[in-house]
Amino acid sequence: MNSFPIIRVITKLLIPYILLFGLYVQFHGDFGPGGGFQAGVIFAAALILYGLVYGLPAVHKVAPPKVIEKLTALGLLVYAGTGLVCMLLGGNFLDYDVLNHGILTELPTFLDFQPGDKPNHFLPEGQHLGIFLVELGVGITVTAVMTMIFYAFAGRERVTS
Amino acid sequence: MMDFIVIPILALLAATAVTVARIRNLWAAVMFTGIYSFLSASWMLILDAPDVAFTEAAVGAGITTILMLATLSLTPRRHRKSGRLSSEDFEERPSKSPLFPLLIVTITGCALVYGTFDMPHFGDPNAPIQVYPQPSFVEKSQPDMHGLPNVVTAVLASYRGYDTLGETAVIFTAGIAVLLILRKNTDDQGSSESQSVTGENA
Repeated sequence: MNSFPIIRVITKLLIPYILLFGLYVQFHGDFGPGGGFQAGVIFAAALILYGLVYGLPAVHKVAPPKVIEKLTALGLLVYAGTGLVCMLLGGNFLDYDVLNHGILTELPTFLDFQPGDKPNHFLPEGQHLGIFLVELGVGITVTAVMTMIFYAFAGRERVTS
Repeated sequence: MMDFIVIPILALLAATAVTVARIRNLWAAVMFTGIYSFLSASWMLILDAPDVAFTEAAVGAGITTILMLATLSLTPRRHRKSGRLSSEDFEERPSKSPLFPLLIVTITGCALVYGTFDMPHFGDPNAPIQVYPQPSFVEKSQPDMHGLPNVVTAVLASYRGYDTLGETAVIFTAGIAVLLILRKNTDDQGSSESQSVTGENA
């Protein structure tokens, strides 16, 4: 695609916003629509777009296949690990209520935060922290798997008949 | 007011589906499936399911379309005789009378439409989906989740967290399977089979 300057420039302009939107969907998923799976596919779509326009070697530099392969397993490990940590802390598997830590769960007063009727989560704890970690695991796995499948397809050569 | 958006989208969905079924050019058919996914995403958004719309737009219209195009570009067109694709490239034309398949399709369609009469109306408050798992999930999730407002995320990640773990494992396994089948072997050992399939560059 070296001969399409418009596509290259527009892609470069779009990709940061796609990534930003992916991060928003990931980390705002507990408050708004979205979550790990959606964020993962949006993130992977940005990587795939980069690979389509700038070529496979360029995207391999950004997200090396070896790293992507390991991220696939890492996401699942983060998910299952959250469950195991819950068990080690004395709860049931994936029972996030034991993840209460009580550290900095409210904004420090010197930031002059208006205390609302809802608890303001400065650092998430309990259920919120559990959901956060679990969705992070899903997001990592989905991003990595989608990107890996794209690599597998794009890395092959055409069959001649 | 909403009908001005709903009816065109549904009409376009139907038209796109018919086009996908009828068009003989595979490249165009893949592009039409992408268009279909985008239209479904708009439809999901109208149905107040923006997270499903995200997924449909990113996976259905984006990634799947690209993977289908990649597959098309990787596979040889064995039926190709001339330079351009034409309907003769797809030789599996039905030679028998189309009446019998048409009859079966009509009967099946009637049965399916008859089946929808038993379904609750759209948005019916007494529908099983609104009644059965009990509204208590909606009521309970606020105190249970310490004020997290998204009930969908609460159900997916916390109440049904074990299911979601299984789904993530399924995605992981599927990815590993695709990798095992498709990965181009860069090392020499054990690559003879894949090499013979891959052939040389076109």
